[in-house]
Amino acid sequence: MTTQPPMKQAGDGRAAGPSRPDPAPVAAGTAPSPSAEGPAGGPGGRVPPAPAGPGDGDPFDRDALPAPAGATGALLRSLLAPHRARVALTALLLLLQQAAVQAGPLLVAYAIDRGVPAYRAGDLGPLVAVGAGYAVCALAGGVLQYAFIRSSARVNQDALLDLRGRIFRHAQALSVDFHERYTSGRLISRSTTDVESLQELLSEGLQELMAVVLSFVYISAMLLWLDLGLGSVAVASFVPLYLLVRLYRRRAGHVFASRSTAIAAVIVKFAETMNGIRPVRAFRRERANDEAFRVLNRRHERSNGDTLLEMARYVVGSRLVANTAVAAIVLWGAWRVASGTLALGVLAAAVLYLRRLYDPIDRLGMFLNSYESAAASLGKIAGLLAQQPSVPEPVRPRPLPARGSGGPGREVVFERVGFGYRTGGEVLPRFDLRIPAGQTVAVVGSTGAGKSTLAKLLARFYDPSAGRVLLDGTDLRDLAVPELRRGVVMVTQEAFLFSGTVADNIALGRPDAGRAEIEQAAKAIGAHEFIAALPEGYDTDVRKRGGRISAGQRQLVAFARALLADPAVLILDEATSSLDIPGERAVQQAMDTVLRGRTAMVIAHRLSTVEVADRVLVMEAGRIVEDGPPAELIAGPGRFAGLHSAWRESLSG
Amino acid sequence: MRSLLRLWPYVRPVRVRLFSAAFVAVVASCLSLVIPLVLKWMVDGPVADRDPGGVWLGALALLLLGIAEAVLFGFRRWLVARPLAGVEAAMRADLFRHLQRLPVAFHDRWASGQLLSRGTTDLMLLRMFLAFPLTFLLVNGTTLLVGFALLLAQDWTLGLVLLAPVVPLVIACSMFEARYSVVARRSQDQVGDLATVVEESVLGIRVVKGFGRHRSQAEAFRGLAARLRGTELGKARLLGGIWGLITFVPELAIGAALVLGAVQVADGDLSAGTLVAFLSTALALRWPVDSIGFLLAMSQEAATAADRYFEVLDEAPEEDAHAGGGERPPGPRDGLRFSGVVFRYPDAPEGSAPVLDGVDLHVRPGETMALVGGTGSGKTTLTALVPRLYDATAGRITLDGRDVSSLPRERLRAEVAMAFEEPTLFSASVGENVLMGAAEAPGGPAAPPGADAGAADAEARPAPQDALRRALDIAQAGFVDTLPQGADTQVGEQGLSLSGGQRQRLALARAVVGRPRFLVLDDPLSALDVHTEALVESALRRVLADTTALVVAHRPSTVMLADRVALLSGGRIAAVGTHQELLRTHAEYAWLMSGADGAPGRRLTGAPPAAEDAERTAR
Repeated sequence: MTTQPPMKQAGDGRAAGPSRPDPAPVAAGTAPSPSAEGPAGGPGGRVPPAPAGPGDGDPFDRDALPAPAGATGALLRSLLAPHRARVALTALLLLLQQAAVQAGPLLVAYAIDRGVPAYRAGDLGPLVAVGAGYAVCALAGGVLQYAFIRSSARVNQDALLDLRGRIFRHAQALSVDFHERYTSGRLISRSTTDVESLQELLSEGLQELMAVVLSFVYISAMLLWLDLGLGSVAVASFVPLYLLVRLYRRRAGHVFASRSTAIAAVIVKFAETMNGIRPVRAFRRERANDEAFRVLNRRHERSNGDTLLEMARYVVGSRLVANTAVAAIVLWGAWRVASGTLALGVLAAAVLYLRRLYDPIDRLGMFLNSYESAAASLGKIAGLLAQQPSVPEPVRPRPLPARGSGGPGREVVFERVGFGYRTGGEVLPRFDLRIPAGQTVAVVGSTGAGKSTLAKLLARFYDPSAGRVLLDGTDLRDLAVPELRRGVVMVTQEAFLFSGTVADNIALGRPDAGRAEIEQAAKAIGAHEFIAALPEGYDTDVRKRGGRISAGQRQLVAFARALLADPAVLILDEATSSLDIPGERAVQQAMDTVLRGRTAMVIAHRLSTVEVADRVLVMEAGRIVEDGPPAELIAGPGRFAGLHSAWRESLSG
Repeated sequence: MRSLLRLWPYVRPVRVRLFSAAFVAVVASCLSLVIPLVLKWMVDGPVADRDPGGVWLGALALLLLGIAEAVLFGFRRWLVARPLAGVEAAMRADLFRHLQRLPVAFHDRWASGQLLSRGTTDLMLLRMFLAFPLTFLLVNGTTLLVGFALLLAQDWTLGLVLLAPVVPLVIACSMFEARYSVVARRSQDQVGDLATVVEESVLGIRVVKGFGRHRSQAEAFRGLAARLRGTELGKARLLGGIWGLITFVPELAIGAALVLGAVQVADGDLSAGTLVAFLSTALALRWPVDSIGFLLAMSQEAATAADRYFEVLDEAPEEDAHAGGGERPPGPRDGLRFSGVVFRYPDAPEGSAPVLDGVDLHVRPGETMALVGGTGSGKTTLTALVPRLYDATAGRITLDGRDVSSLPRERLRAEVAMAFEEPTLFSASVGENVLMGAAEAPGGPAAPPGADAGAADAEARPAPQDALRRALDIAQAGFVDTLPQGADTQVGEQGLSLSGGQRQRLALARAVVGRPRFLVLDDPLSALDVHTEALVESALRRVLADTTALVVAHRPSTVMLADRVALLSGGRIAAVGTHQELLRTHAEYAWLMSGADGAPGRRLTGAPPAAEDAERTAR
C-alpha cells in the first residue's frame, strides 16, 4: 500500500484523480435496487419512498418486523441453553418439592386405613410413622421451595440479563438507517415492557407450568395407583382441558399481539412528548397531545381488557370441566365404596388428590396468560433481533496499513461510488473522488445536495449501493469497528451528551484517556473555561443540578471528544453551526494545530470555515459540480464564487 | 402500603363492580368450602350405610356446587376486566396530562425513561394489584375465617392445632414485608435507570456510531442490568424464605392434626367422615394460606409503584397566578421589556451565581432586537423566560405593559411564538407541525391542511392552507413540495427524517405561521446554508417589520435582521446599539462578531465586560 504524502498545498487536489461526476451515472431519479448485502427479510432499507400513511404495507409502520418462523421458540431456547445444568437442577428441586408436598393425602389414606386399625390394636407404629413422615415432608417441602425459588431466580435473571444485553447490543449494532425508521420509543418498549413480560413468564409462568405439569403427572399417577378406574376418569378429563387450552391459545395470541403493539404506540407518544417538552409548552400542544394520547391509551385499554376477558372465558371453561370431573369421580367412587368394592381410605385420598389435581388449573391459566403475553413480546423482540445490520461488521476484518511517515492523515478514495437513499430525495449518482492524506476538503451546497450523505458514506454510517469507499486502499467494509473509528470520526450537528460527567462525555472519544488528556483536549478547543466554571468542573453530571449546557457548549464538548479520539480522518458535519465566531475560531485553530495533517472533510454553511480548506467541493443534486482550491473557485465564475460574495456581503452588513 | 389508599379516586368510578366482584369471589370461595361438607355427608351417610342410590344425590350436589363455583369465578373476572383496564388507562392519562403541565425545570431533572417506567410498568403493577391481591387478600381472608370457623365447629381441638401457626406466620410476613418493600423500590428504580440508558443510547446513536463506542455503551448497560439482576436475586431470596416458611409451617400443623385426628377416630371420638372432611377443609385452606406470600409481595410492589407514581403526580404543575389579569393597559404599546430580571435555575446549588443577574432591556414595539453573547452567557435562558418556560427569580418581564406572570400562560404563549435552537418536529404531518404554531389551535389537533374549507372562524384569519403556504414561503421551505406527499408527509419520530436545515426551516415556519405579535427566535438560521439564509432573511424582514422580536444571534448575518443589538455579558445587558455602533465601541462585541482582537482571557463567561466605557444604553 502506498501512502500518499500529505498534500497541504492548495491545488494538489486537482491532481487527485477524476473527481467530476461520472459521465454516465445511474439515472438520478431511479432508486437503486436493494443492496446486495441485505438478506431477504432485512431492513429493506433502500426502497423507493413508500407512502408513509400509517397502517399500510411498511412493517416499520405497523411495528411488526418479520421474524423467521419459529424464531420465538428458538430465542427462548437459546436464552435458556447456557443454563441447561441449572435448569435441570431447578426442575429436580421442583420435582422433589412436589413429591414432598403431594405425599400428604397418601399419608392421610395410610393413617385412616392402617394407622387407625393398628392404633386400635395397640400398635402405635404406623401413626408415629405418619407423624414423622408428615414432619419430614413438611420440612422438605419448605426447604426445597426456598432452594427452588432461588435457583429458578438465578436462571431467570441470567436469561433476562442475556436478553437485555442482546437487544441492547443488537440495537447498537444496527445501522443509523435502521434507527431513522425504528423509533426510539419502540426500542425502549422492546427492552422494557417486552422484556418484563418475559420476566413474568420466566419467574412465575414457567414455575407455574412446571408445578402444574408435575402435579398433574404425580396426582394422575397416584390416582391410577390408588385405583385404576378412578384414575382413568381423571386422566380422561385432561382431553377437554387440553382442547380448552388450545382454544385459548389461538384466541389469545391475536389479542396479546395487538396489546403489545398498542403499548408500544403509547410509549412512543409518551417519550416523544417528554423529550420535546419545550416546544410542547411553547406551542400549547398540551390539549392536542392529551387528545392524541387518549386515542392511543384507549386502544391499549381495549386490547388490555380483551386479554383479561379471554382469561375469564378460559377460567370458566376449565373450572366447569374440573368440577364436573370431580363430581363424576366422587359419584363413582362413593358408589363403589357403598357397594363394597373400594376402601374408604382410598376414596378419601382420591378425593383429596382430586381437589389438588384441579387446583392448579387457575395457575395454568396464569401461565398461559404470561406465556401468550411473553410470546407476543418475544415475537417482537425476535423480529428486532432478526434485523440484519445493513452496515455489517466484517467477517474477516483487515487491518489498515501502518501510517506512513508522511503524517497522521490517511488517503480517502471514493471509487465509482453511488448511493440511493431510502427517501429517494438524496441520491448520489456514481462518482469518483480522491482525497489525499492530510488534505482538508470543504463540501458546500444547498440542503439536499448530498453533502451529509457523502459524509455518512465516509463515516460508514451507510454503505454505498455501488462502488467502494477506500481508506488508504482498504475498503471501509473490511475494517473492524475499533480500527474504523481510529481511522474515521464524525462530529455531527446534534451534539448529544450522555448521562454522566462532562469528563465521561469527552472520554467517549478515547475511553482510556486520563484526566490530563481530557483537559488538554478541552483546552485545545476552548471549552476548558466554561467546564471549569461548572459547579463541579469536569465532574459535573450533565443531567443533574447545575449541569445545564448550552447548544454551543455541547458542540465544544463534542469537538473535544473528537480531538481526544485523534482520528486519521475527521468529518465535521455542520459541527460548528451553534458556535459563535470565537468558538468557531478555536475550532479552526485546533484543526490547524492539534489536528494538523489529518485528512478532514468539513461540511459547513459558514464560508469562514471553507476559506481555510485546501480544497472545496461544491455539490448540487448529488453531483460534485465544482472542485478546486478556494482561491481559484472564488476567482472563477462558478457557484462558489457567487456564494462567497453573498457571504462577504452578509458579514459586512 | 398507605400509598395504596390514594388509588381510591381512580377506583371510585368502578367501585360497584369491584366490590361486587369481591363479593362474588367470597361467595365462590365459600362454595368450595361447602364441598367437603357434602363429602362428609356422603361418607357418613350413604357410603357408611352402603346405599349406592344415596350417592347420586351427593354427586348431584357436588356438580351443582362446582358449576356455580366456575360460573361465579368467571363472572368475577368479567366484572373487573374492563373497569380495571380503564383504571390503568385513566391513571396513565392523568400522568401524561400532569407531566405535560409540570414546569420545564422538572423535566430537566427527570430522565424521561424514569417517567416512562412509571407510566408503564408501575401502572401495570397497580392494575394487577387491583385485580388480584386486593380482591384475594379479602377473599382469602374471609375464606380463612370461614374455614377456621368450620374447622373449629367440626372439632375444636384439631382446629386449634391448625390455628397455632398463624401467629408466627403473621410475624414472619410483616418482617418480610418491611424488607421486601426496600428491595422492590430499588428494583423498580433500577428498571427506570435501565430505560434511561436505552433511550440515551438510541437518541445518541450517531455519536455512539461515530466513535465506535457501542461496545462500551453495551458494557455500561450490562453493568446496570447486572445490578438489577443482583437486586432481583435479593428479592428472590426474600421471597424464597417466606414461601418456604409458608409451605413448611402449615403442612406441619396439618400433619399434627392428622395424627391427633387418627387417634381420635381410633378412640371412637371422631367419625371417619369428619376427619376426611376436616382434612379436606384444611387442604382447601392451603391455597389461601400459600397465596398470602405472593399476595403480600405483589401488594408491596404495588405500594412501591403507587409511591413512584404519586411522587410525580404530587409535583406542583405550573399555576396561573390569577386569571382575568393581563388586560392591556390603555395607552401606546410598550413592546417587550425586561426590568431587573434575575434568574437562577430552581435546582441550582445554593449560593451559586445566578445565570442572569439584573437584565434590563427594552425591545420597542415592532422592533427586532438581536441578542448577542458568548457561549453559555445565558441567551437561551433569557429567551425561555419570555413564554415562562421558566419563571424569573426576580424582576419583571412585561409585554405591552402587562407582567408576563400575571398573564394566563395559555394566552401568553399564544402571543409569543418561539423557534428553538434545536428544532423538534413531532410525529405528525409537515402541515400539522407547522400549523401547531397558529394561535387558533389551542385544543384539538391543528386542522389538517386541505380541510380548510371549514374554517368558519369569524375572525379575518387566513385559511390554514394559506397560512401554511405563507409560512413555508417565509422559511424558504419549498422542499416540502418535493416530499413524497407534500405537506401531508409524516415527519418526526415516526416519519421521514429530515436534515437539520430542513427541520430548522419548518420550526421557523411554525413560529411565524400564527402571525404572532411577539417572536422569540433562538439562533434560527444556524443550520442554513448562506444562500438559503439570505432568502430566509429577506422574507423574515417583512414579517419582522411589525413584530416585536428578540433574536438570539451568533453571527453578523443573523444580526443583520435586527434593528438593534443587545450584548449579554456577565448576566447583564452590557450594551445596546446598532451593529455598527457596537462594533466600533465595544471590544467584547467586536471580538464576538468578528473574532478580531481575540484576547483569549475575554472568553471567560462571567468576566466583566471589557469595555466598561461603552455606553450603557440598556434602556
